[in-house]
Amino acid sequence: MRCGDFKTSYAADMTIFESNSARVMLFLFLGVLFTMPLYTPGYVLDILNRIGIAVIGAVGLNILTGFTGQISLGNAAFMAIGGFSCGYLGTKFGLPFYLCIPLAGLMTAFFGMFVGIPSLRIKGLYLAMATLAAHFIVEFIIVKWESVTGGVAGLSIPVAKLGAFQFDSDRRIFYLIFIIAILSVLFAKNLFRTKVGKAFVAIRDQAISAEVMGVNILKYKLLSFGISSFYVGVAGALVAYQSKIISPETFPITVAIDYLGMIIIGGLGSILGSIYGAIFITLLPELLRISTSALAGPFPLLVAKLAAMKELVFGMFVVGFILFEPAGIAARWHSIKSYWKLYPFSH
Amino acid sequence: MPQLSCSDIQLNFGGVRALSGVTFQVEKGEIFAIIGPNGAGKSSMLNCISGVYAPQTGKITFEDRDITTLPPAERTKMGIARSFQNIALFKGMTVIDNLMIGRHLHQHAGLLQGGLYIGPARDEEVKHRRFVEEIIEFLSLQSIRKKVVGTLPYGYQKRVELARALALEPKLLLLDEPMAGMNHEESEDMARFIVETNREKGITTIMIEHDMAVVMDISDSVCVLDFGKKIAGGTPAEVQQNPDVIKAYLGEEEI
Repeated sequence: MRCGDFKTSYAADMTIFESNSARVMLFLFLGVLFTMPLYTPGYVLDILNRIGIAVIGAVGLNILTGFTGQISLGNAAFMAIGGFSCGYLGTKFGLPFYLCIPLAGLMTAFFGMFVGIPSLRIKGLYLAMATLAAHFIVEFIIVKWESVTGGVAGLSIPVAKLGAFQFDSDRRIFYLIFIIAILSVLFAKNLFRTKVGKAFVAIRDQAISAEVMGVNILKYKLLSFGISSFYVGVAGALVAYQSKIISPETFPITVAIDYLGMIIIGGLGSILGSIYGAIFITLLPELLRISTSALAGPFPLLVAKLAAMKELVFGMFVVGFILFEPAGIAARWHSIKSYWKLYPFSH
Repeated sequence: MPQLSCSDIQLNFGGVRALSGVTFQVEKGEIFAIIGPNGAGKSSMLNCISGVYAPQTGKITFEDRDITTLPPAERTKMGIARSFQNIALFKGMTVIDNLMIGRHLHQHAGLLQGGLYIGPARDEEVKHRRFVEEIIEFLSLQSIRKKVVGTLPYGYQKRVELARALALEPKLLLLDEPMAGMNHEESEDMARFIVETNREKGITTIMIEHDMAVVMDISDSVCVLDFGKKIAGGTPAEVQQNPDVIKAYLGEEEI
């Protein structure tokens, strides 16, 4: 049994994983994950793919809202910009996906930094309103700018292909999504153990003393908007490749609310929390659907009513977490883990 | 040549005159205390030096350079660090990360290097971690180095704030009531840390403090403010005998 951490160098103390067993567990998990398309039915793969995309988007939003403390309701708009940039580059210029996705991310990053400029003056709820306004402006532009976005009809996205290999099914696009998701999570994790990420957190906790310590508030707030939007834009581009056709209705305001729900339930200011939240919020409607159909036998009249309960349950979970575990699933998981580590001698 | 000199500082807030004609010099390597009754303008004076307030008239020079109008971050780069009267730590970060923010100006790895955690970024983190660990050892913070600052007791938070200021590798340290709200034991510890910082690292220290026993014990020179004016200055012994100071603290004897 492991009885403590014994580190002999600072480099060893600063690694992501506490111990080798944690590292082995992660590689086992990744191994299982990457063999899943071989034996899982398409329906489950579709859900997994949506979880993968949600992880990228939630990590992105958490960088901005959870770590830097800037509330944003513009997430759906940023995703839309990522998705439509990717679609436009793919259809009009015939660019391959490995250029489309990063370019879509960059495009969204520029837009995000532009939206972030008011954050230097306005904070909290007011910033939320400004980003909400950005959402509706983007939605309006996408509907009206038909030559680029296809208007209400939307864009159909060419299949991503690498040489002769086509990412044309859930089974194949799974690998594309999860490789990008893993790289995104790793990048974010590294970001917060180095200078830039720590500056973000400092701005969240105490902007004035961060400035006195020499952190350039303007630069780092915009950088946070940029990185966060890059992530969200990449998630939007992946949505485009996954759903093959996108329209303004693909990215409604409820998407932004869902993402906020993910990071609140998962844990604000926690990378792992973003992952837990993304899994939870994506699975929630599926679980509701399964339980509804299970109840359909004994209570046929209840089914119609339960179907409308998704929003209610979603809201109850968010409120419940804010009341009972404001630090989210990540914190609860951590405390459960440390309880069992010392069991039965908890003190 | 004094390291810091403030001459004829005047600071107004609207019609309120917070400081008028304050002049003093701080020599390199000394512990300089600013004392005075409540509302005398001590914190305002410190804020002028650190750049939070800009005085209307007067001149502040640090190491022969006029810093009167420099923004706070520039002064930090020149080697002026401060602690705040009401603790202004990064509450959601661990003690180590708080100190690492103190190394912010000394680190150069950019976004991509940091996110990929490749060679130079990693070496830099380790190098600055080593520096931060020296401060942790110096101020005996080893047992709490990985604790989140917001969960620490008050006395420790004050000490972490001193540590964060030291992580900037300052030449001049400004401490705003480092012992406020501490019990006797904690404030003795703090006094010892301030003296050690001053003697071992040779950092010039300006502190505001109400605990007269400590001020008279550890400071090399004292400046007394009352209603925004300097009423006395000199060694602790001189200041203690000064009739104006006694008047300001104890009131005038009625005849």
